[in-house]
Parts: sequence; structure tokens; C-alpha cells
Amino acid sequence: MTALVDLRGLSKSYGGVHALADVSVSIDSGTVHALVGENGAGKSTLVKLLTGVIQPDEGELVVDGESQRIGDPQTAHRLGIVAMYQEPTVFPDLTVAENVFAGRHPRGPGRTVDWSRMRADAGRILEDLGVELAPGTPVRGLGVADRQLLEIAKALSSSARLLIMDEPTAALSPNEVENLFATVRKLRERGVAVVFISHRLEEVDAIADVVTVLRDGRHIATRPAAELSHGEIVRLMVGRSLDALFPKEEAEIGDVVLEVDGLRRRGVFSHVSFELRRGEIVGLAGFVGAGRSEVARAIFGIDRPDGGEIRIDGRRFRPRSPRAALRRGLAYLPEDRLQQGLVQPMSIAVNASLAVLPDLTPAGILQPWRERRLARRFIEQLRIKATSPAQAVRGLSGGNQQKVVLSKWLAAEPRILILDEPTHGVDVGTKADVHRTISHLAAQGLTILLISSELPEVLGMSDRVLVMREGRLVAELSRSEATQERVIEAAAGVQEAAA
Amino acid sequence: MNTRRFVSAQALAEAVVRLRELGIFVALAFTILFFSVRATNFMTADNWRDIATDVSMVVVVAVGQTMVVLTRNIDLSVGSIVGLTAYVSSNTLADHHGLPIVVTALIAMGIGALCGLGNGLLVAVGKIPAIIATLATLAIYRGVLFEVTHGQNVFASQLPQSFLDLAAKKPLGVPSLAWIAIGVALVGAALLRWAPWARDFYAVGSNPDAARLAGIPVARRVMTAFVISGALAGLGGFMFAARFASVDAVAGRGFELDVVTAVVIGGVNVFGGSGSVLGAVLGALLVTTIQDGFTLMRVDEFWKIFFNGAAIVVAVTVDALITKRVQEALRRRRRAELLTAHERAAET
Repeated sequence: MTALVDLRGLSKSYGGVHALADVSVSIDSGTVHALVGENGAGKSTLVKLLTGVIQPDEGELVVDGESQRIGDPQTAHRLGIVAMYQEPTVFPDLTVAENVFAGRHPRGPGRTVDWSRMRADAGRILEDLGVELAPGTPVRGLGVADRQLLEIAKALSSSARLLIMDEPTAALSPNEVENLFATVRKLRERGVAVVFISHRLEEVDAIADVVTVLRDGRHIATRPAAELSHGEIVRLMVGRSLDALFPKEEAEIGDVVLEVDGLRRRGVFSHVSFELRRGEIVGLAGFVGAGRSEVARAIFGIDRPDGGEIRIDGRRFRPRSPRAALRRGLAYLPEDRLQQGLVQPMSIAVNASLAVLPDLTPAGILQPWRERRLARRFIEQLRIKATSPAQAVRGLSGGNQQKVVLSKWLAAEPRILILDEPTHGVDVGTKADVHRTISHLAAQGLTILLISSELPEVLGMSDRVLVMREGRLVAELSRSEATQERVIEAAAGVQEAAA
Repeated sequence: MNTRRFVSAQALAEAVVRLRELGIFVALAFTILFFSVRATNFMTADNWRDIATDVSMVVVVAVGQTMVVLTRNIDLSVGSIVGLTAYVSSNTLADHHGLPIVVTALIAMGIGALCGLGNGLLVAVGKIPAIIATLATLAIYRGVLFEVTHGQNVFASQLPQSFLDLAAKKPLGVPSLAWIAIGVALVGAALLRWAPWARDFYAVGSNPDAARLAGIPVARRVMTAFVISGALAGLGGFMFAARFASVDAVAGRGFELDVVTAVVIGGVNVFGGSGSVLGAVLGALLVTTIQDGFTLMRVDEFWKIFFNGAAIVVAVTVDALITKRVQEALRRRRRAELLTAHERAAET
């Protein structure tokens, strides 16, 4: 078997942090090559290097025995390397057939668009995939799963030699997954190489010939799938001990303050029930797309749940809007702090006071000195590194920006704080600082729901760990029960597959 | 069983588009009925010729505007381009009586295309939002016109008779300017259906990022749309000169409002990605007929402009509501279906 693509010593770093360090893997024609690893292990970086979205700092890409510089997606396309993106990129106004062939319509006489051939070809591809979709259907009416399938159809319609599928099954039903796998097997028989990225280990089992494990940007192992058990894969994925220690203060855990009972939102999550106690930090773990943020958004009144009940201090709470949630003592620190959390060009004082403006405006007139006093309090309490409350948020480091967002919500004096990936993209020193702050807040009696994809963070900070998978709460582990292996197994659905 | 359901989903979406066009048709019928009762001289051959001529100009420019709007942009400079090319057309003919009229039209279209290229460069290369870029060129092209005219008018008496006859001629009983409009509309509709590059306009307007990922040269397509819009505005200017004979520096002022109104009430989505030439033509017919009726009834200028503005608001609102409803209806079906599939799979 000849290697179709050979990765030799690829490295890529962003601002001194290695996203990928000296990775060498060879991908053969006619095989399905699974790529596994935790969030942030370097899988996406590898995909981007292969598709020419980014270029490596070091190392070379060898295609068909020749060293290639893949400078842009078009070049990758010419070499037969096609990627299916995790985020569907569809044209909502066009039909299914036109989406499949966007940018490369089949041509009829006089270089015109050959509509009948386009519809027929699209229909054939969809049928191969086992998707019941008429080529003339407008894409506007399709949900995420259909759009994902459309993305697959798009990739299949071009003559790919290496097809990269980044979490293709995340939004698919079991039937659709089976159809997809049948298609993948057909492609393999035709000699196409498939790079398959998935968090679901049972899928890796079902489809992969070879498994490559990445961890912290490094290549850990490449072995035939038949030789690897789930347990071994998980062990290779995790592989590290809890090296970074988090200063968790012991807090007194009090009464139940928040109860969530059978909360559901159609097509997003269902049967979500848990309770949070005063002074408790509860980690919410799971892979990206498991529905963790969606649950938080529903509790905070951003998205309307379809059913279930939420009680705060035993009293029914209907989340109608973030305003209503704030009034009941809930606060939510969103995942994308830059987009959702802050007004970048404005000062720390203005940002910190955004959620409590009415309190600072007696008689309808904003008193800037109150804003500044509030900001000064938090600069001190959270140790925000800033020259003055008047400094623009844009000029602060990531961690300090995160603390400003935290100030904004703390200003409302909440009793329950939902933190969504609070240390995403901040450096190690700031991270410890944020952890110290969180722990300190819990010790003061705040209840914290901590959503995080970083296992050491979840395990180090939480009194209890909840694990979500595919929109459901699949495990609840006490601090002593919660190990990396157990959380990953629950998040990846290993136990279920073994049973 | 499922397939049948999806076919009906497709049919539903198509029916909505047809219903939208039918809506303008009905509105047009009512308008004609209303004015034929209320406005004297409305149902006369002369008036219909006037309407046909006016509609023709709007249609020609609206076909170009449709292409620009499809790419999620807008061209506000068309009124100024019409004025500029109208003056150049009649001035050229006044100076060179022997020049073939077709050549004059081509010159007007060439100048229009250049203006359109300017717009396209500002938007696609300069990354200036189209509404600002073409607002700027609306002023710039008008300024150029003032400079070119030096305050002088071209009068009908200076023009060759063959040109003056153009607007009056009626081959097969239809004004010649209307023939031009019919030709432009047919070619425009054909391009948007059959030409791969014109088909890309829909993709670009529907999701610019996805278009880029699909390998569509987005900047070039946007430029093409603006150049076509400019060239057709140039042709519109030539028609303007033929229609009014006397051209001055304020010719075509405010014309962009008529064109944008026609396109928008014709169902071309202002957020790009959907719309048709047929819709724009129907929109142009409705706008022009109402303007004409108002003029006959000696309605205030205020109401004429007010109507244009109100029509845009109504059309955009109706379209937004329709889009939302259709999307919800389609999604509900599909979701219910997937959920049952999920449950079926869970049981087995």
C-alpha cells in the first residue's frame, strides 16, 4: 500500500503555544483513518494544514511522493484533498441540488447550467447516501442534520482522493450514521482515503482501519484499529496526570438553590435534571456539541425550553428573558466573551456596570462616579491588571477581559453563576488566577455551574461533575468518583457501547 | 412515503414565490381598475403609450439592479448614471447628426459600464458597504454631469429627426423603447437561469462565506453585477434622451428610488439570494402605473414619493414575514419527521 499523503514533522504554533508539535503520520489510499483526541489536542489544526487554510511552521506535506506547499483551499482541492466542515456552509436560498454543485454547475451546451443533469446527479448522490431529500427542496427549511448531510453530499460530488470528515456524525440520527458509514465504505473500496474525526469511540470501532491519537498537539500513537480497545484509546487520549493544581478552597455546602427538572428543548437536549447547592461548584463536562451551553442558555432565559421545570429556592422560575433571570439571582458568563460579553471599545467601568445600569442612575441620570467606584471595587477584588477604570477593554489581555465580564455579572450580585468555558484561550498564569477567583466566590456562598471542555479544570474545581452527551445528562460523579477516564468514557458513550 | 412529503415541501416553497408574483398582479389589476374609474384619460392609447415608455426605462435599469441586489448589495447611483448618459447621448447626437443611433446607445452603455466598474471596485475591492459606496458615486456622477453640462441644456431642436422618431415608433403596435425593455428582461432572465456566473449571484448573496469556500470568485461576481447594472443604467439614459429629447443636469434625479422600489416590491430580497427578473418587471409595472395615475389625478408630489417609500416598507415587511413563516413550516415538518425516525431507531 502506498501512502497517499505523508505528514513529516509538522509543527504549528500560535503565539508561542504549540497547537501541533512535530507530528508525522502517513495516510494510505483506501483506508479509513480515525483521528482522535481531546478538545484542543490538535485535530482541527491538522485538518487546516491539510486543506491549506493555514501553513505549517515546520515540516512538510508529501502527496503522492512529492513535497507540496498547500497555500490555499483551491490548491488542496486540485490535489484531491476535500474537507467536510463541522459547521455546515450552505446557501439557504438555493435548492439542495444547487447547494451540492455551487461554484461548479454541470455544464450543458454553450457552457450553460445543465439543470436536469444537476438534479439527476444530486439525486443520485443523495440516494447513495441514503438521504430522503428531493434535489429541488429549498435548503431554508432544513435543520442542522440535513445541512450536515448536504455538506457530505457536496464533498462527495467532487472527485476527492482524500476526504476529511470533521465530526460528520455530530448531528445525525443512528440511521443516517449507518448510511454515511455505508458510503464511507464504498469510498474506501474505490481507493479513497478518509480521515475521520469523531468523539464517539464506537463509531471509530465501526469504521476505522487505523487510529491516530493526538494529545496536546503531539502524535501519541498510530495503530491498526483492531489492536486498540476503547480503554486503551481513552488512556492514550488522556495520558497525563493532573499536573496543573488548582487552588480549590473548601466551601461549606448548603441548601439546594437551583433545581432543574426534566428540562428539554426539542432537537437540542432532553431529560436534563440536576440540582445545585449553595457554595457548590458543579462541573458540566462533555464534548463540544453535547448541549451544555444550550442548557445554560435555556436556564438563563436566552432560548425558550420546550418543557421541564426550573425552581430557585423551591419556587418555580420560568426563564423568559435574561433580565428576569438576573432578577432571580442568576448570572451567565457566555462562552465567547469577545462577542457576547463585552463592548470592546468602551471602558472597564462602562462594561462592568452594563448589567446594573438602573441602580447607578438615580433620577434617570447616570452617575459616572458610581460606575467608576464599582469598577474599582472589582479591579481590586478580581485583581484586574488595568491602569484605571477608564481604560478601554480592547487593550486588556484575554484573562483580564474575562475578569471584566465576570465583574459585569458579579455587579448584579447573583447567587447562582453559570460560567461557560471561563478560561478558554487564556494563558496558564491567568487561568490559575481565574480559578482562584471562582473558588473564592464559591467559598463566599455563591453557587457555580462550571461548563468546561478542559478536564483538569473540571476535575480540579468541581465538588461534583455532571457529564452530558448528545443532549442528555449521562453521568453524575462525586469529586472522588470523577476521574479523567470515567468522564471521557461517559462523554464518549463507551459504557453504553460495551453493554 | 417520505419522498412525497419533501416534494410537497418543494412545491410549497415554489407556490409561495408564485403567490408573491400573483400578489403584485392582483395589486396591478386593482390599480388599473381604480385609476380607470377615477382618473380621466387613464384608459387612452396615448396614456398607455406613456406608461409603456416609462415602464421600459424602469425595467431596463431594474434588471441590472436585480443582479446587484441578488449579491446582497445595492446600486443607488443609477439615477445619476441615467442622467449622465442621457446628456452624453443627446449631446453626442446634437454634435454628430450622422452618427448611427446604435453607436450612441453603445457609447452610453460603455460610459454606464465604466461608472458601474467604479462602484464595483469600491464595493468588491475597497470593501465599502454598497449603500455608502453608491451613495458617494450618486453624488460624484451627478457632479460630473454638472461639470459636463456647464449649465447648458440640449434641446429637441438640436437633435437629428431619426433619434426623435425612436420613441414615437411602434413596431407591431408596441413602442420601440418597450421592445428594448422586453429584450433586456428576456436576456436578463435567461442569464440568471442559464449562465453559471450569473447563477453564482444567488450563492454570493445567500451566503458570501460559503460562496468563498465553494471556490466562487466572490469579488469578481460582485463587480460583474455592478458593471451590468451600470451598463443597463447607461442604456436607460439613452432611452431617457430618446423619450424626453430635452436633457439637463438634473435629468434622472430620484430615478434610483423608482428602480429600487420596483425591485423590492417585485420580491427581490434585499438581503440577497432570492428574486427574479419577472418579479422586478411586475414591480416596475406597478410602480409606474401608480405614478402615472397619480399624475393624471394631479396628486401632490408628496404623495407620489410617499407612496414609493411606503411600498418599500410594506414589501420588505411582507417578504420577511413570508420567509419566516415558510421556513418555520418547512422546519416543523422536517423536525417532526426526524424525531419519529430517532424514536423508531431508539426502539429497535
